[in-house]
Amino acid sequence: MKLAIVQTKPRKGDVAGNLAELRAIFAQLAAEVDAYDLVVFPEAALTGYFLEGAVYELAFEANDLAAKIYDAWAAAGGKPLDVVIGFFENAAGTYYNAAMYVALTAAGPQIVHVHRKMFLPTYGVFDEERFLSRGRRLEAFDTRLGRMAILICEDAWHAIVPTLAAIRGAQVLIIPSASPGRGLAAKDGELENVGHWRSLLASYAVEHGVFVLYAGLVGFEGGKGMSGSSMVVDPFGATLATLPALGAHVLRATIDLSDVEVARASLPLLGDLAAVQPDLLA
Amino acid sequence: MSALLPVTDAVVREPSLAIDAALAQAWLEAFLHDELVERRGIGKAVIGLSGGVDSAVVAFLAARALGPENVHCIRMPYRSSSPDSLLDAQAVVDALGCNVRTIEITGAVDGYLAFEPDADARRRGNVMARTRMLVLFDQSAKLGALPIGTGNKTERLMGYFTWHADDTPPVNPIGDLFKSQVWELARYVGVPERIVAKAPSADLEANQTDESDLGITYHMADRILALMLAGFSPEKIVARGFAPSDVALVRKRVESTHWKRHLPTTAMLSNTAINEFYLRPVDY
Repeated sequence: MKLAIVQTKPRKGDVAGNLAELRAIFAQLAAEVDAYDLVVFPEAALTGYFLEGAVYELAFEANDLAAKIYDAWAAAGGKPLDVVIGFFENAAGTYYNAAMYVALTAAGPQIVHVHRKMFLPTYGVFDEERFLSRGRRLEAFDTRLGRMAILICEDAWHAIVPTLAAIRGAQVLIIPSASPGRGLAAKDGELENVGHWRSLLASYAVEHGVFVLYAGLVGFEGGKGMSGSSMVVDPFGATLATLPALGAHVLRATIDLSDVEVARASLPLLGDLAAVQPDLLA
Repeated sequence: MSALLPVTDAVVREPSLAIDAALAQAWLEAFLHDELVERRGIGKAVIGLSGGVDSAVVAFLAARALGPENVHCIRMPYRSSSPDSLLDAQAVVDALGCNVRTIEITGAVDGYLAFEPDADARRRGNVMARTRMLVLFDQSAKLGALPIGTGNKTERLMGYFTWHADDTPPVNPIGDLFKSQVWELARYVGVPERIVAKAPSADLEANQTDESDLGITYHMADRILALMLAGFSPEKIVARGFAPSDVALVRKRVESTHWKRHLPTTAMLSNTAINEFYLRPVDY
């Protein structure tokens, strides 16, 4: 599977401009000889993350967003492609922080899955639950490429969530994120919040034998710099690439989902868990 | 008798004031470029250059983010200002190759104070600070530039600044760095050592220093502030070996100046009150 993680730097609230950027990104990817199978974008990829009350002006109805993404992809001459993208969702007047998995083919856009963020950070710099409703379901879902699950940002800071996704069959955890950079004390060139992500993602990957695709938003929003650092981690826990914390950037990777079986055969922790805690499968 | 087992002591952790200066520099340059060029379409900065370390660091960051030719440093001495301040500011300009202009504020300040001959040092200092801000905003309008703030986290927390003067520029790269972190960053980016090493001073009165005004050293205040902001109670901070009088001083400073870190208090009369109900981000 050939995939790209694109860490975008949206202009706050400029949806038309950000869709034009999306079209340019699709054109860049389409220009490569070998076609991509999957492209992953961050949380809030087309609007920016800190919207406060403007979220009600900038939220998308899911089908409408799928059509816009399809138009951008078609205008760029795209080959058949699956896309994961984070967005604020307007579901008939209830608003969510969501991410959709949408398959783009000549037949049109087909929404495979929409995940609504369950854990809405509402402390310190974060204020999501003041404006948004919680998602209440975590599902692994089948795609033409394999079985996957989407977790948005804080969803993945609770170890039980990736555990449940894996035990429900996900081979790939897709994590769109918008993580404000903070913490300069580490002295290793990496922000402390990025270091925390790095340790979490590697531990989930190796414990459950899953690929982890982490897509981080970039750009400064009112002084808060989104810390990018998109990563691909293989099911053995090795980080295959990390993007810089600053700047729009594409991470390109080719992965083989059969590695999941190899990893789980050599370290069968997920099977052990399913055997000992069968209630988790319910 | 068997040999004694080796013993390893665990560290006692304290919120760290150490910074990765290279990372801080890269982050703050990107911040300035994003805020000025990409968000506002303004490629020029105006910085009030006092000769102190805070404005020097900001000038160094801005010169790297925007190019020195786009950085306009303004020196604004009052007649009682130390001549050394002017020389130290010039050292920054010489190191960077940025633009500089000296605009003396004595005439403007004394013009007003002629009506208020009994104004004490605090009032006179505030008039000077607000006059400097007037100059920076007007120079920005003239040059098509944005004024850049130079207040650090320690003085913001201690309320050691003039409200609606030092804190007014719309963009500030160092407001979340304690003073001791500003010093570390200053040395890394190449601010002349004389500026980093000298005693910080608002230079509003002769022989004034910040630390004598505040009654505590910046290094001590920063360690206490870092613990306070991390949620440690005064009792727990004292238990870690800090002097109760220092802890009390810092706490009183912070707790009596919350208002200085906010916009003016507006009476709320509706359910559409701005910034209470009507909430839109600054970059929207």
